[in-house]
Amino acid sequence: MNPRLARLLINGLLLGATAAALLPLLWMLSVSFMTPGEASALPVPLLPAHATLGNYRELFAHAGMGRYLLNSLLVASAITVLSLASNLMAGYAFAKLRFAGRERLFQALIGALVIPAQVAMLPLFLLLKYLGLIDSYAGVIVPSMASIFGIYLVRQYARGVPDELLEAARIDGAGEWRIFGQIVLPLLKPIMVTLAIFTFLAAWNDFMWPLIVLTGQEHYTLPLALASLAREHAQDSELMMAGSVVTVLPVLLLFLALQRHYLQGLLVGSVKG
Amino acid sequence: MNPHRTAWLFLAPALLVLGVFFLVPVIAALGLSLTDYDLYALANLHNLRFVGLHNYWALLHRPLFWSALGNTFYFVAVGVPLSIGTSLATALLLNSPLARCKPFFRTALFAPVVTTVVAVAVIWRYMFNTKYGLVNYALGEIGLHPVDWLGDPHWAMPTIIAFAVWKNFGYNMIIILAGLQAIPPDLYEAARIDGASAPRQFWHITLPMLRPTMLMVTILTVAGYFQLFAEPYVMTEGGPLQSTMSVLYLMYQDGFKWWNLGVASAVAFTLFVIIFAVTMLLLWFARRGERAAGGRA
Repeated sequence: MNPRLARLLINGLLLGATAAALLPLLWMLSVSFMTPGEASALPVPLLPAHATLGNYRELFAHAGMGRYLLNSLLVASAITVLSLASNLMAGYAFAKLRFAGRERLFQALIGALVIPAQVAMLPLFLLLKYLGLIDSYAGVIVPSMASIFGIYLVRQYARGVPDELLEAARIDGAGEWRIFGQIVLPLLKPIMVTLAIFTFLAAWNDFMWPLIVLTGQEHYTLPLALASLAREHAQDSELMMAGSVVTVLPVLLLFLALQRHYLQGLLVGSVKG
Repeated sequence: MNPHRTAWLFLAPALLVLGVFFLVPVIAALGLSLTDYDLYALANLHNLRFVGLHNYWALLHRPLFWSALGNTFYFVAVGVPLSIGTSLATALLLNSPLARCKPFFRTALFAPVVTTVVAVAVIWRYMFNTKYGLVNYALGEIGLHPVDWLGDPHWAMPTIIAFAVWKNFGYNMIIILAGLQAIPPDLYEAARIDGASAPRQFWHITLPMLRPTMLMVTILTVAGYFQLFAEPYVMTEGGPLQSTMSVLYLMYQDGFKWWNLGVASAVAFTLFVIIFAVTMLLLWFARRGERAAGGRA
């Protein structure tokens, strides 16, 4: 094939695919600025005639969006911090500390990855009910305080920490916690960022478990609030699109800011399924 | 300090969380699925009875379970190949030396992956609205009749599949792209010297070298697609005529709408067994294919 034609074809296809990927998101943004009812007209308007922030005002003033945004921030941040701590410690132990049955335990954990999380959800609900954690932030956070994927990710990375470094510190009389805090953690910083953004995005976007454990609106995260809004206000397209923007924009911006770390984690995490 | 004890202290928080909130519930789910745990048992545990495999037996005689299973298989069987095909195609485009602005295209194509399912499902529901949706408007412009995408039992699942492909293809695209970049360039060099055309290079170098990547991507995607839930929950509520009711949606309804937790656990376990069996089947096929390919070489 003519190389100029080939170049045109390849870049044209890429442009088309990109348009298809971005169009729904751009349209969401556009409709979110339209006045109520404007988007339910023919021909379908592509841009708002008079851009307005009215939908956002409505969401935050009357639909409690501010509260849901804070709920989402709180839940996702708590999950990120807590699971980061436990996954870092466990991943490091699996990579660098010696104990009986290390490999077998790790293999068992990896094997457990085939079990879909939903299998645990029914008894988990009963367990949290007896613990009194239904319809609370803790109910959403507690089951996500550690993850096998996170442990795996840290272990793969921590295996690159040279043993000599740790031995030298031990000979100098440093305790294991000090070694972990002052030598290992700084070396694990790249994987910490990767794991943090992965966990935060997953927690922010999570739907099924919060839907089960949060029975009242008070603790709703954004996806839950949006889903319930979508059932009540199905006709208010402009309002729904504004709600979608509020839900999607924070994670999209976070991804854009840290995408290198995110994509890296995606690749490390999938080297071995 | 004893090094063994140190290690276990480091492991304790993660293992405790995974044990109490994952491992124990999974085992309990198996137990629960053998009981008639329902609203009455929820109120008073004395109402709980052991029923053996009755829940599983009843499931096999329930038309709704079979249609949910059929819908889920439909979603997986059509959605996974479309999804991975799109990922492969976009990865090949991005990997081409002729492509421009690669970082921009890569980021833009990946963007749907990081978005919130519920939020973008709301957008799609609106775009596929029969009356005011962008899609029917575009169809009208080229002279086609509007389709009741989410209201017609024949079109609802294809619409959800299209949504899932749009939402997910970027993830595998990145993984396949890395796989493509790991293929040594001298293989292509040698093929070019031998006069192999581009399609032949793709067939005899790219695809065989991508095999392990494609296998992994397929297994992960199949397992993920079997867990269909949020999309029908937001876009169709399982309708119309239960044409988008998935196994997981059924579990959610049985468990958390009707509070038949015993029955719902049986649904969950059945889904787990199906995912496991399909994964094993894929691995078996892959191993057999590998042996066949090895025999030819």
